[in-house]
Amino acid sequence: MSDTTIQNGRGGEPILSVRNLCKYFPIRSKGFIRKQVGVVKAVDQVSFDLMPGETLGLVGESGSGKTTTARAILRAFEPTSGEVFFRTNGRTVDLAQISERALKPLRQQMQMIFQDPFSSLNPRMTVGDIVGEPLMIHGLAEGDVLRRKVEEALVRVGLKAEHRVRYPHAFSGGQRQRIGIARALIMNPALIVADESVSALDVSVQAQVINLLEDIQEEYKLTYIFVAHDLSVIRHICDRVAVMYGGKIVELAETETLFENPRHPYTRALISAIPFPDPDVRLQFDIKGEAADPADLPAGCSFHPRCPHAKQGVCDVRGEPPELRAIRPDHRAACVRVEEIAEEEGIPIR
Amino acid sequence: MERPLGLAVLILLGCFYLVALFADFISPYTPPDQSLQKTYHPPTALFWENGRLHVQRYELADPDDMVYRKIEGEGAPVRFFARGHDYRLMGLIPTDRHLFLVDEPDRIYLLGSDETGRDNFSRLLYGARISLSIGLVGIAIIMVFGFLAGGLAGYFGGIWDNLTMRFIELVMAVPGLYLLLVLRGTFPDELSPGQTFFLIVIILSFLAWGGTARIIRGMTLSLRNRQFVMAAEVLGQSPLKIVGKHILPNVFSYLVVAASLSIPAFILGEAALSFLGLGIQEPSASWGLMLSQAQDMKVFMLNFWWLLLPGAAIFVTVIAFNVLGDVFRDIVDPKQKFLNR
Repeated sequence: MSDTTIQNGRGGEPILSVRNLCKYFPIRSKGFIRKQVGVVKAVDQVSFDLMPGETLGLVGESGSGKTTTARAILRAFEPTSGEVFFRTNGRTVDLAQISERALKPLRQQMQMIFQDPFSSLNPRMTVGDIVGEPLMIHGLAEGDVLRRKVEEALVRVGLKAEHRVRYPHAFSGGQRQRIGIARALIMNPALIVADESVSALDVSVQAQVINLLEDIQEEYKLTYIFVAHDLSVIRHICDRVAVMYGGKIVELAETETLFENPRHPYTRALISAIPFPDPDVRLQFDIKGEAADPADLPAGCSFHPRCPHAKQGVCDVRGEPPELRAIRPDHRAACVRVEEIAEEEGIPIR
Repeated sequence: MERPLGLAVLILLGCFYLVALFADFISPYTPPDQSLQKTYHPPTALFWENGRLHVQRYELADPDDMVYRKIEGEGAPVRFFARGHDYRLMGLIPTDRHLFLVDEPDRIYLLGSDETGRDNFSRLLYGARISLSIGLVGIAIIMVFGFLAGGLAGYFGGIWDNLTMRFIELVMAVPGLYLLLVLRGTFPDELSPGQTFFLIVIILSFLAWGGTARIIRGMTLSLRNRQFVMAAEVLGQSPLKIVGKHILPNVFSYLVVAASLSIPAFILGEAALSFLGLGIQEPSASWGLMLSQAQDMKVFMLNFWWLLLPGAAIFVTVIAFNVLGDVFRDIVDPKQKFLNR
């Protein structure tokens, strides 16, 4: 994969540059010896750039590696290989390489909002302790200052200052997610990774939380990586979208381009599967089979067994899978037949 | 009160522990204090005369069958807060006051006497100290070891987890009673009562820590995958603090339940060891030792029922701790209770 800067719509230096990020999990045999018998390529050769103030969506089916990518970037998992360049205060550091000790001060700059609002808050801690924990860990505030900051953060996410003394079980899912957002916000970070942060919520509550995320992005000039499987949410909130399949990015483009003119057959299938609230409109999803198993990926393009455009001898060649290449400025796809398909269908690449 | 049963057993156990704590004040005699003229003496009757409480005086009517007969109208006045043998109250304050006493040569046997005329009541109280404290010391040890081994195995996983769990399986695979006997056999017979006590606690803890460690490992494993642990990791919290702040408090409620449920095992374990003559040695008293002395044929043939009272004490204590554990579990885990109904 090329190491050149990946084009993006904005100028300037990216805040985050991910290069060839890989996260492999060993498969071990049962028993005492636990010999390694295989490998799950949960994230394989993922590269993208993220500009300050931008929202990048990571979208894909379950098991496509989107959550693992997000977590590997924040070093919740040690990445197997690759680089994650993070720019902060005019300095660039490789998050994948530096020691946990050197990483700790940087962790203030990047926060995570979790998927499940029920398991992401420690049931034995008060809301005030949960929201104030980041400040405590980094020794940034204590006593009255800590209390004031916690109360400010709670009010900012639409909760009340007096909720500080309550325990998480007293709150609804949406409120809990707000607590999670307050915990991320209190550090005044530059980058927030939202891992399926609204998927566990009701649709009406989803809208509120999304609006809150957008408001605070504007207010604090935040950069988001937004992991989701719900395309309508992605379309609403993201500036650019990376579609993942089998641990790889298969298409990366600005949101409008991706939704209006998707080039990768998988992206097209995904978009055609968005439910439309009209019973007369039939759902078109012409993809057969199961999502690729990252422990046993097909040779060549991992999507080819399900792809309606797959061509024998082209898509299933053993060896290097298709490269994520620019088919237009700001639009990248990992399919060797993009141009041919466009020609066959008579839809020009725009 | 929402849980009257829980409160009742809590008060009962509280009384037991208070009595054990003040055993030397409440009991009129020391455990080894013999009176060879008054062996197998039945519990003494009490009566009022001239506005004072008196202890009935008895005479030995049949030395073969150890039958005592009341001497009508004769008794010795009970003196409250009287001076008796020296001791230190709660191990600190030297004093010789006792709750009640009678003047020698009369003796007060609230729960009768044993084959050497020692006061069963006093021995029961002193025995309570050992039998009741062995559980507390024991669970303190197994909780520390169980948490260290299980918590670390669950949190860090990998080879450490593998080794710890296999070792626990090894220990648990050996039948408990035999292991108990073998372990006891490796230590010398002649030990001071304090040493014997700790030896027993350590042996019993060694047998019991594995199960606790296993369960704590399982809980830690499941907690480790909860997102709030990952949240703390992503925030840069150190592993030790994550274990202390996020995992331990969530395991704690289980610890309370497990502790109250495993105390009976220690009480019974001590009783079993002492019963087999491998635990607390004469002339000290423990409930198990007292029971083993009650194995005498005479006790069965001649109905010296009071010598079986330590068994009743063990029974009540064990049941009380089990009930208490159940009540604790209901409090910390209301769902389980719901499912059981």
